Amino acid sequence: MGQQEKIEKINTSQAENHQAVPRRLFGKIAFGAAGLCYLAMIGYPIYRYLATPVEKAKKEAAVKEILLKDAHKLPPGSGMIFKFGSRPAWLIHHADGSWTALDAVCTHLGCTVKYEAQNKRIFCECHGGVYDPVTGKNIAGPPPKPLRQYAVKVTDEGVVISRA
Amino acid sequence: MKPVVEKIYNWLDERIGLNELVEFAKKKTVPEHKHTFWYYWGGISLLFFIIQAFTGALLLIYYRPGTEAYESVRQITYEIQFGWLIRSIHSWAANLMILAVFIHMFSVFFMKAYRRPRELGWLSGIALLGIAMIFGFSGYLLPMDELAYFATKVGLEIPAAPADAVGGLIASALGAVGIKAEWLKTIGTELSSLIRGGVEVNEYTVQRFFTLHVIILPAIFLGILGFHLWLVQKHGNALPPSEEAKPPSERKSVPFFPNFFMRDLAMWLIALNVLILLAAMFPWDLGQPADSLKPAPAGIHPEWYFMSSFQVLKALGTWFPGVTGEILGIVIFTAGLILWILIPFYDNTNQSGLRARRATWFGLFTLAVLVLTTIWGYLALK
Repeated sequence: MGQQEKIEKINTSQAENHQAVPRRLFGKIAFGAAGLCYLAMIGYPIYRYLATPVEKAKKEAAVKEILLKDAHKLPPGSGMIFKFGSRPAWLIHHADGSWTALDAVCTHLGCTVKYEAQNKRIFCECHGGVYDPVTGKNIAGPPPKPLRQYAVKVTDEGVVISRA
Repeated sequence: MKPVVEKIYNWLDERIGLNELVEFAKKKTVPEHKHTFWYYWGGISLLFFIIQAFTGALLLIYYRPGTEAYESVRQITYEIQFGWLIRSIHSWAANLMILAVFIHMFSVFFMKAYRRPRELGWLSGIALLGIAMIFGFSGYLLPMDELAYFATKVGLEIPAAPADAVGGLIASALGAVGIKAEWLKTIGTELSSLIRGGVEVNEYTVQRFFTLHVIILPAIFLGILGFHLWLVQKHGNALPPSEEAKPPSERKSVPFFPNFFMRDLAMWLIALNVLILLAAMFPWDLGQPADSLKPAPAGIHPEWYFMSSFQVLKALGTWFPGVTGEILGIVIFTAGLILWILIPFYDNTNQSGLRARRATWFGLFTLAVLVLTTIWGYLALK
């Protein structure tokens, strides 16, 4: 082919090359973006699907006050376990007539603690933690913090427990 | 390759022989001709199976078999966030998978990709189709709503009587030569009862179907699927007779990586989009809970992929009442199935002779019968 045609051919291929690089890059970015969109579109419903019971539990746990029906009949010197939202808790009617409500989750590693009326203490079987049943203070063993107290109000219908 | 990637690659290659795989992948080609489109359908079937495994696992997180089946599906459908969507995708993909498998099977048939040396591919494929249909049948019961209950009830009772009839026939034949086999007379009913875990569909049935659907069938399916896919890699895509007739120099092919792979991916994307659109726009419903004391609802019928058998058995039972119709039905089905399965041994060599033409006509005939009886089945529902 002639000199002119050769030059035109080189110029065209150079022009194509200049176009090819941005086109390639655009293709890669578009592909990646579309892929991310699909991942999000698939991932979001799956996350919400798996998280539904968690959302439900959190809503239930957001309770501020509960009424324990007939709990006012609890004899002195005894206790009962109940659920405050999602957490177990102890309602204790002391021998002197006072009432205490404490969160039953041991502050050490999360085991549910036990009220021992005869020993006048709260005891954790897992690692031997001991708490005061009136104040919830950590007396002995590994627990680093006291048990959380709830506010207690005794009525004719039962006992109202609320966040202190 | 970046130095880190290269190090990892070499580490793996020394231990699992990555080089062999990469060399194979580089050399893998796909024939390019006017029928290349049909090569996608095995992969699309596989895509739907993967989606089923995935959404099935998600459903398994909240589904409870046995007595709480309906309630758990009700919660998934109406209370769990996007539960309706996961369930809808699972139900739609089940149907689309079976459709894709049928398209795959028929395209394999007409392209004569069952011929030597691919006979085992054909046989394993038929097994996979059968298992897929049992997947569908067992999964259908799991919500335990009215539709599921009656579809299963009828589905297990319809073949029982014909099976009893055939068993009775064999028992008579054996009796004539002095062998007592009275139990054969009720073989169909007994098998159905064994499958059901009772004389009617109950919570044991759900539990059994659940076990089948979630562990037994997947284990068997995956084993055969692995074999099936390995065979495809070993033998490559089959050439249809029109390509076989051309001299090798005239045949075209494309590399699998990246060319055909990207095309495959595009087809998968289209299939996925179709599925998502259908699942979101036509969500799967939940009927009333199954009640054994209620009569079957009007127009009760199985899913479309069982409609053909359903209609044929129904029709034969009406035209030839009694034992005759039942035996005729089983004989026709079994004969047809055997002929279909054994086609690679009839039309085996790469020639376009009489057998090749007959096989093609048989395929067209079967396809027409399946499509027409399915449509007839729906028309006869009223």
